[in-house]
Amino acid sequence: MNAAAALSVEGLSVEFRTRSGIVRALENVSFSVDKGETIALVGESGSGKSVTAYAVMGILDPAGRVTAGRAMLGGLDLLAAKPSQLADVRGREIAMIFQNPRTALNPIRTVGRQIADVLIRHGNVPRREAPAQAIEMLRSVGITDPARRANAYPFEMSGGMCQRVMIAIALAAKPTLLIADEPTTGLDVTTQAVIMDLVGDLAGQMGMATIFITHDLALAGQRSARIVVMHAGHVVENAPTKELFAQPRHPYTAELIAATPDAAASLDALASIPGSLPDLRRADLPPCRYSERCPRKNALCAQPLPQPAPDARHVVACWNPLPGPTAGPRLVSAPTESAA
Amino acid sequence: MTVLLDVAEFSKLYPVGGVPGPLARLKRRFSGGPEKLPKVHAVDDVSFVVAKGETVGLVGESGCGKSTLVRALTRLIDASDGSVKLGTRELSLTPARLFASDPDRARIQMVFQDAGESVNPRFTGFDAIADPLRRLRKLRGNALRERVETVASQCGLPLQLLTRFPHQLSGGQRARVGIARAIAVEPDLLVLDEPTAALDVSVQVVILQLLQRLKKELGMSYLFVSHDLSVVRLICDRVLVMYLGKIVESGPAAEVFEHPLHPYTQALVAAVPRLHEDGSPPLRLSGEPRSPIDPDPNVCRFYGRCPRGTDACKTTMPALRRFGDRQVACHFAEEFLPQPGALS
Repeated sequence: MNAAAALSVEGLSVEFRTRSGIVRALENVSFSVDKGETIALVGESGSGKSVTAYAVMGILDPAGRVTAGRAMLGGLDLLAAKPSQLADVRGREIAMIFQNPRTALNPIRTVGRQIADVLIRHGNVPRREAPAQAIEMLRSVGITDPARRANAYPFEMSGGMCQRVMIAIALAAKPTLLIADEPTTGLDVTTQAVIMDLVGDLAGQMGMATIFITHDLALAGQRSARIVVMHAGHVVENAPTKELFAQPRHPYTAELIAATPDAAASLDALASIPGSLPDLRRADLPPCRYSERCPRKNALCAQPLPQPAPDARHVVACWNPLPGPTAGPRLVSAPTESAA
Repeated sequence: MTVLLDVAEFSKLYPVGGVPGPLARLKRRFSGGPEKLPKVHAVDDVSFVVAKGETVGLVGESGCGKSTLVRALTRLIDASDGSVKLGTRELSLTPARLFASDPDRARIQMVFQDAGESVNPRFTGFDAIADPLRRLRKLRGNALRERVETVASQCGLPLQLLTRFPHQLSGGQRARVGIARAIAVEPDLLVLDEPTAALDVSVQVVILQLLQRLKKELGMSYLFVSHDLSVVRLICDRVLVMYLGKIVESGPAAEVFEHPLHPYTQALVAAVPRLHEDGSPPLRLSGEPRSPIDPDPNVCRFYGRCPRGTDACKTTMPALRRFGDRQVACHFAEEFLPQPGALS
């Protein structure tokens, strides 16, 4: 799509075959991330954030199948690549930080060896030098006394430490793209802030593109330049962060912002989102999967969703979006006096 | 203000490395004096009160002793030291094992973190809510059914969902079952352990509003445990901040979040991501918490991670001092007071 893109996902659709029918988990998902840019994929559980990442990494569950679309990394379509090609790209070009570091790390291998494994396989580091470099990696993610910690097993470390190790593993081969899937879920806010700083700093130093997957809109806003909002397997809005918060155009984005505790001064001021995600197994899913919950639904919504212009900066998958920056009243209030 | 729950000088210590068997004890006796076992100070000398109708928030990072404190208050485990008074009844004298059949059991109830995992998967919604009523209120037959249905509708749970098992319910519906089960026996104090942590924001709002409404209708007090400060700010009247087994700061929720006095609270508040950045400089904690195993009683628990950390912090444990309606355990609390000396 565009030459500066580190990864460009175009028209990705994914299905899962289950005993109770076919779940159409993703439909026509498109977004791209530029080199050195950080974007966030945001949505509630079941919106398809993680499935998108798994599909791109080629690690979908065996029941899942990519039915359409491309994911271009440089000149390579990841979705059509051979397993051997993918194995070379993973770790070296794209790396992933998983949710819940404790279960994602190998429990019976010391963390130093786990990092060394990646260095040997993807980093062109001679076997003999790998342990020393692994210690260096541990130091760079801010682990004190790395030489001793390299010999520790994951269960001997705190959650924050394990996440640092995951980051060290992910960044060992200096990838061009990092996918971080809820990297701080289950960590304390203070640790979360430190870990997010670390990812941000290292990504900046290496000029790495980052896709940051989260359900926390406030955290996404703080850490990314662009936010892709997903709902029930669709990208509903894709916009620069500031614009998205100041002027959300998709009704779902607006509701999501209004439901996030930070925006409200009191509990009564928080709005809930009526309805729930549609059952993605249904054969009669409407073209807009939000339309059954949507307060702005009209006759147009029964048509296929509007196709965005190929180079649009602010993409809204809606026939009746909220007014843009030039017209209409602002829907979400600006920062309240909490700034004082 | 009527005090409902009065916790005084409460401590809970756990021996580390397991309790020694008889042989090990014998060996130790013959190989020189009685050595003291190392102990984890999970909760260390904590005192606070919860007034009737009040919502008190309990915040702190994992491992700070929140859950231990809550389990001891709900009488699931026994305290090592200190007293817990519910109204006029001293609870710490009754062992946890016997408290299960105590008439006061119904007065403290708990809503657990993830209803999907804390509700018996083989119980339908009805059974889950009926269970405490059968055991504690001895309700049977029609009276039981009526009570379950009343509580379910109070919690906004459609009656036709009562025949479903937890895995057939959505996250929000499961949370409602968890709440209905806890309030069924009309407790005075409801302890909520991260009730919305497993929920999406849109559902979280609904559950928080439900809790707020129930509190008004039923006149309960809440002890709300959470590490999500933006939620605590919304629902709590007063907040207690814990760090490594000790309360380091307490006060009205709005004030504590506006003007945190303890450096730990300051870091905690600064770490909360906000939708609209206010441009305040980031404050980050470095390092790991100190070991909770036999901590030095003369060193501030926060020493080492504290951006302040002077020699005084290394030699004297700061006491919890009172400033108006707030309490802070820091030698330098005065520096952060809005107007020094204005509060006594």
